[in-house]
Amino acid sequence: MNHRYDFVYLFDVTDGNPNGDPDAGNLPRLDAETGQGLVTDVCIKRKIRNYIGLTKEEQPPYEIYIKEKAVLNQQHERAYQALDVDPKAKGDRNKGDNATKITQWMCQNFFDIRAFGAAMTTGVNAGQVRGPVQFTFGRSVDPIISAEHSITRCAVTTEKEAEKQEGDNRTMGRKFTVPYGLYRMHGFINANLAAQTGFESNGEDLELLWSALANMFDHDRAAARGQMSPQELIVFQHESPLGNAPAHKLFSRVKIERCESNGDSGPPRSFSDYKVTVEDDDLPQGISVERKI
Amino acid sequence: MKNTSILLRLWGDYACFTRPEMKVERVSYDVITPSAARGVLEAIYWKPQIRWCIDRIHVLAPIRFMNIRRNEVASKIAVNGPRKSMKDGKGRLGIYVDEDRQQRAAIVLRNVEYAIEAHFELLDQTEHPKKHYEMFKRRVEKGQHFQQPYFGCREFSCNYEWQDPTEIPHCPESLQGQKDLGYMLHDIDFDKECTPRFFRAVMNDGVIEVPPFHGNEVLS
Repeated sequence: MNHRYDFVYLFDVTDGNPNGDPDAGNLPRLDAETGQGLVTDVCIKRKIRNYIGLTKEEQPPYEIYIKEKAVLNQQHERAYQALDVDPKAKGDRNKGDNATKITQWMCQNFFDIRAFGAAMTTGVNAGQVRGPVQFTFGRSVDPIISAEHSITRCAVTTEKEAEKQEGDNRTMGRKFTVPYGLYRMHGFINANLAAQTGFESNGEDLELLWSALANMFDHDRAAARGQMSPQELIVFQHESPLGNAPAHKLFSRVKIERCESNGDSGPPRSFSDYKVTVEDDDLPQGISVERKI
Repeated sequence: MKNTSILLRLWGDYACFTRPEMKVERVSYDVITPSAARGVLEAIYWKPQIRWCIDRIHVLAPIRFMNIRRNEVASKIAVNGPRKSMKDGKGRLGIYVDEDRQQRAAIVLRNVEYAIEAHFELLDQTEHPKKHYEMFKRRVEKGQHFQQPYFGCREFSCNYEWQDPTEIPHCPESLQGQKDLGYMLHDIDFDKECTPRFFRAVMNDGVIEVPPFHGNEVLS
């Protein structure tokens, strides 16, 4: 990979909970100071992993190391690509060298290790693979409110509960949603680390990552999520692997404003209430920008 | 000032400079550690011929915390699994995260801003300091780096800018006066089997003097 990339990813949620906070009884994550909603980096990475696991059917070299139980696609015995590695080689004495081979082999077989990195105990030191893909937290453009909904179900789990209910068999539950939230997340792809993990050495990883960001919500439907959609993926490509401009200067070129036609007519309820502009007329030399969604 | 001294302004939305004594449920130090600052510099520019040393940390934003809890994975990859699969040409790897779950809270800093004074030492005396200095400066001015620097954890990315020494912003009102931050990690001594070394961090009007790594004030 010859280029550094910095990108802005916008996604929204309608009547759903994009990322529950385990500390707050699964309420949508919230920045208590500003009221803005949060989505953690690991939440987005999970969805990317799931998408790649689904589309590539868990086959090397696109296997996913950190799996969710739902991805039970390991019925087939698949041969790992034979590499130029003999794990039983006498080189075992030279442990560091052997550890490097194992690390490389893991990178070559597993997409998520190649992209995001992983911690491996190698016996020598905790060999860590730092992946080229790095995300920040997603943060909503405007403060969100979380709505609490009481819901009922007309069945109970245990007989004991049924007795308590005296045959009524209705129980109440709670569910939290964000009526609408547009979230902004920043990401970085680093050419130097990509070279170390072999990310994009097959010419396909980067496109896969972009397509995951564009499509992953379509495969992550759930009762809790409501409707989540990717809205913008604005990618700044640097001519050189080291980069040609500071990331924060590029990010500040992406502006999100409320549409004037809607004015102050109340809280935002759809993406059409926002206008996204990318200042791309006087880009620094060596920078090109592409809107991928 | 040494001819290898640099000054860099760093800022970001979040930071987590984890206290080693509270690392399961992470709690951040109040300010950036010299070790983390060195990591930022190395992410921008580093060569085996040089070593970055942090001299002074200017804290430019009030110290504020927030709490975040995330689902994390408990285990690491053990070598035996991959080794066996490589040999057999088959086998199951992978961690099923919902069976290997840890919920861990983190108390992280938010809206941080620092100015870092540092210099580099030459480990290879045949090298010319000016070369490394200029390369570092050029990279910073162009926003170039080897990898995106971060504040403690990779999800807390860090912005950086060359800082004019005469224009360091004043520290906020709340940091005026003297504040003892207690013992803080200076850095890890990689020559001595990764021994951590600590120093007494005292902040005077937002400025922390960092003693030399092998000085008497630094304890392991």
